[in-house]
Amino acid sequence: MHFFLFILRRDLKLAIRNRRELANPLVFFIIVVSLFPLGVSPDRELLSEIAPGIIWVTALLATLMSMDSIFRSDFEDGTLEQLLLLPGSKVLFILAKILAHWLSVGVPLIIIAPIMSLLLYMPEQTLPSLLITLMISTPILSLLGSLGVALTLSLKSGGILSSLLILPFYIPVLIFSTMAISSAADYLPVSGYYALLGAFLIMSVLLIPFAVVAALKVSN
Amino acid sequence: MMQFIHKYGSPKHFYEWSGRWAKILTWATLVLMAAGLYQGLIVSPPDYQQSETVRIMYIHVPSAWLSMFTYMVMATSGIVALVWRIKVAEIVVGQCAIIGASFTVLALVTGMLWGKPMWGAYWVWDARLTSELVLLFLYVGVIAIYSAYEDPRTGAKAASILAIVGVVNIPIIHYSVEWWNTLHQGPTVTKFDSPSAPASMLIPLFIMFFAFKTYFFAILFARSRNELLMRERESSWVQQITKELK
Repeated sequence: MHFFLFILRRDLKLAIRNRRELANPLVFFIIVVSLFPLGVSPDRELLSEIAPGIIWVTALLATLMSMDSIFRSDFEDGTLEQLLLLPGSKVLFILAKILAHWLSVGVPLIIIAPIMSLLLYMPEQTLPSLLITLMISTPILSLLGSLGVALTLSLKSGGILSSLLILPFYIPVLIFSTMAISSAADYLPVSGYYALLGAFLIMSVLLIPFAVVAALKVSN
Repeated sequence: MMQFIHKYGSPKHFYEWSGRWAKILTWATLVLMAAGLYQGLIVSPPDYQQSETVRIMYIHVPSAWLSMFTYMVMATSGIVALVWRIKVAEIVVGQCAIIGASFTVLALVTGMLWGKPMWGAYWVWDARLTSELVLLFLYVGVIAIYSAYEDPRTGAKAASILAIVGVVNIPIIHYSVEWWNTLHQGPTVTKFDSPSAPASMLIPLFIMFFAFKTYFFAILFARSRNELLMRERESSWVQQITKELK
């Protein structure tokens, strides 16, 4: 527990010291969401129908692109190797790193998303489902993304390869989240989707860190 | 038991016994394919709704089954490769990824060719087609990471981790037609009551299924032996073989 808090505090401190870098995925998210009305059509009905998908795909891509930072800088100066050699639990180490990453990237996305929903004419009744699906699913995205980064850490062109590896795993999360928001738009029940996403989250939190530890051993 | 695995999993022994089996399996494949195709394409009756186009089923369904079976073989090999560091298992992971991707492409393409006359569309985004497409992406990911590393043993380790994490997709594909309302045909064979297709269609289907299975193992052994020779080219037993060939 001590180790977990130590790593969490360390990573959050590092994130706050690089505050300007934190804005990058957020600005990416805002700009790309704005591209869709400009590139597709500003028609109100069309946009409100595809809005959940737009916001979700863009959040997904923003998370993917920012995942690289989770291990890269520690790997490059050798700190990662040293931290893995510490007597603390490696699984807790991974979880602390992912939590810190989610707090610095995922949470700002969740906070900005309602404003984006205004830009895309999303109906008000979808707002709770948008927030809840983002809250449940962005940790899943961070967990899976960290697996992709861990697998490709020592490769030169690792960035795009890790996206290629992890996107197929993102697809079910994307499908269920957007289906939940679309159902909410029609005032249909959404609790089933939340339950499924919650199950994905629990499974990922329990199982992915072990895979990440194995992948880091490969990369080191 | 472990001694058995280590002995027959060692590169030299594997090369020998898989060579014998590859020959037997190739003959079995030719016989079964000929029988299955004859039964399926000529003897079996045309469907009352679909007439002759139902015959694509005899290729489409076995290749879809094999695409899932190959993934299970790949994931199991991955576990063996990660836990016991057996070189042959690492090679099998890489080869299964390529073979599995081919079966998946075959299933998707024959499905598309069947879908056009049947449903009027080459593609629909229903649960089974989407999850099979995701399976193709998973295979491509495994192939990509396997070949991205310079050291093939490291690449195989990374690919095994990815393959094992992806196993969760296989039950989703298999049960997708039960869990979601879909245009795709429901389960006909692997149900708990009697199958809902007549024997004259089931028998060619099963023959083709076994033909595809023997084909899979024959090609797996052939390709793995090839890869094994490449990787172990410095070792004495390979030098022996190449000397005998000269």
